[in-house]
Amino acid sequence: MRLRSFVAAVAATALGVSLAACGGSDSGSDGGTGGDQTLTYWASNQGTSLDNDKQVLTPVLEQFTKDTGIKVNLEVIGWNDLQTRIQTAITSGQAPDVVNIGNTWAASLQATGAFLPFDNDALTAIGGKDKFVPTALATGGKAGEDITSVPLYGLAYGLYYNKAMFAAAKVEPPKTWEEMVTAAQKLTNPAKNQWGMALAAGSYTENVHFAFINGAQNKSEWFGADGKPTFTSDGNVQGVLRYLDLMQKDKVANPSNAQYDNGTKSVNDFATKKVAMVINQNNADSSIVANGMKAGEYGVVPFPAPAGGEQVASHVAGINLSVFKNTKHKDAALKFVKYMTDATTQTTLGKPFSSLPVLKDAKPVFTTDAAEAAIFSDIYNTKSKPLPLVPAEDQFESTVGKAMNGLFAKIATGGTVSADEVKAALQTAQDQVAASS
Amino acid sequence: MSVATHEATPAATKPPARKSKPGIEHRPGLRRWLPYALVAPAVLMELVIHILPMLVGIWMSFVKLTKFFIANWSAAPSAGINNYKVALDFDNAVGEGLLKSFGVTVVFSLVTVALSWVLGMAAAVALQPAFKGRAIVRTLFLVPYALPAYAGILTWNFMLQRDTGAVNHVLTQLHLGDGKPFWLIGSNALISLITVATWKLWTFAFLTLMAGLTSIPRDLYEAASVDGAGNLRQWRNITLPSLRPVNLVLVLVLFLWTFSDFNTPYVLFGTAQPPAGDLIAFHIYNASFLTWNFGSGAAMSVLLLIFLMIVTGIYLIVTGRKSRRG
Repeated sequence: MRLRSFVAAVAATALGVSLAACGGSDSGSDGGTGGDQTLTYWASNQGTSLDNDKQVLTPVLEQFTKDTGIKVNLEVIGWNDLQTRIQTAITSGQAPDVVNIGNTWAASLQATGAFLPFDNDALTAIGGKDKFVPTALATGGKAGEDITSVPLYGLAYGLYYNKAMFAAAKVEPPKTWEEMVTAAQKLTNPAKNQWGMALAAGSYTENVHFAFINGAQNKSEWFGADGKPTFTSDGNVQGVLRYLDLMQKDKVANPSNAQYDNGTKSVNDFATKKVAMVINQNNADSSIVANGMKAGEYGVVPFPAPAGGEQVASHVAGINLSVFKNTKHKDAALKFVKYMTDATTQTTLGKPFSSLPVLKDAKPVFTTDAAEAAIFSDIYNTKSKPLPLVPAEDQFESTVGKAMNGLFAKIATGGTVSADEVKAALQTAQDQVAASS
Repeated sequence: MSVATHEATPAATKPPARKSKPGIEHRPGLRRWLPYALVAPAVLMELVIHILPMLVGIWMSFVKLTKFFIANWSAAPSAGINNYKVALDFDNAVGEGLLKSFGVTVVFSLVTVALSWVLGMAAAVALQPAFKGRAIVRTLFLVPYALPAYAGILTWNFMLQRDTGAVNHVLTQLHLGDGKPFWLIGSNALISLITVATWKLWTFAFLTLMAGLTSIPRDLYEAASVDGAGNLRQWRNITLPSLRPVNLVLVLVLFLWTFSDFNTPYVLFGTAQPPAGDLIAFHIYNASFLTWNFGSGAAMSVLLLIFLMIVTGIYLIVTGRKSRRG
């Protein structure tokens, strides 16, 4: 009897739990039948702070409510949390209606099947796919399948340089990798704590972008046509080593950079004139200006390839917009996507978020410097290569990026890294990806 | 068995008794259920908070729960023991990583527990005799325990920065060491991690041992003094044996906490964790959340659980046997 009642207690408990679970999923989102519709929107951090994002977006969302009667519940989420929050949302089914994603995650998130595919009807509902720049739209998902995200903000890497420092050292803005290194060496004086470049060498997300771009400059791919990783090809190894050598062999970056775990730290060094150059995406503008540097004081050139290399200066960076498949407000969500990718909204948001237009024929508004705008537009439209659009892309980012963190740490603490060691590190990364796919 | 008694009771005598005295002692049904009803909330909470997630975790370790299936768990195909095979194949990158992380964690735990215990014991013994200001010193020692872990570790993170940190500043002022060492990357990371974990943990050892010391009768020490035993002798022959039951529990708890420590490396290193500070709980988190392979992460967690259960079991058996012999 004692046992029987124990079993009964357990069964009752389990029943209670499953009932509670049912209740939970029911109350997740309010029914969509009424006239009162509210969308939940998770925005990524694009401005100078989460609060700044909220301030910028609120009037834009109020306008949308005025136009359509659809209310929008906004939450701005920092980059450190965004991917985990999306994972949790997918796993639990307790998801927002619309979400911003880093466009490099598009194919990985598409593979989860949690996002609404933009088929012809959906594309028509948001204003047709022809309004987008084709390279930007191509980041929306795997080739040959309906995309599950559409471009929202465009970004590209550029090499920022301090005009006054360059003039004082009598160097010209570099056109090749070799010129960049020479210029950086002239501008480096460790005794005075003055360095040619700042690198976000402890940030795996930044590091992996440079692994990709430097590999691409060597005409090398990170994934084969079959979707299998090809990390250890000679071009990739040499590309990674070339980037590491900025700290190791050329000594133009402060070894302390190995602890810079996000791009803001290297940009701040540039903005406070501790370094002469920094390679960053164009949204660095808002941070540079916020730190007191004026628009005319710095110039931008494409991140140069070595002589004879492929002219790849950036990956097609940016933010995309996705709709969760289990949304109860599909039509309202699509209306919202249409509104956010509308020419007027894009112009309103382009300046505060320092983004490049993702729409055809749109003018960049993120800077008053016409030359800078022209250069970034040119990089984005003609010198950018999309990151591999394969489901394992996220694993490529974390494994290769972290491998580079480790290699930079070794260099900074006095070790040396040879091509063989780079190859071994990339082999480990490749094995990790292979083991979990 | 009680049901049988109930049925055996003659039906004629029972009902009047129940009517005349409606007390608990005369209602065997309620009497039987009351203990269970009282225990039920605790059992329920235990099930919901501990047992169910553990069972789900064990289930997860046997399925292929990658990004292709997290939106619909039930569709995840069985992986058999494949997740375990990968985790335990030490020639492979994943298994090798796990083994290295395990090694780092063993070293980290042993050193941290030893340091915490020694410091806690030293402080507790030092504060054993009453003196002026003892309460103040005691309170001061408890600060690391009272501080929120996040704030404390974050402060260490600032102090251990290479260029702007207080640690390197002090070292330079004292002309100690050469140049400015890195504390959060490279091989020094393990030293930093042990320092911070010990700082966080030793006060718990101190608190527990201090409580244990108060229960040792003073006259034991007095008698020993009369017999001419010095301080060290007293500590070895009186304090240590008297604290044995406290120490048994304390060391086990400290070990279990340190071995599965997640907060310290997570807050101290952020996303840029160095291999020398790659503790196993953090390693498993990365293995599941960064690569979106929750099945593999769950398998590693189950292996960790089994390992800790074995260690705990052996520890309890060995120490239990010694206690009986004593």
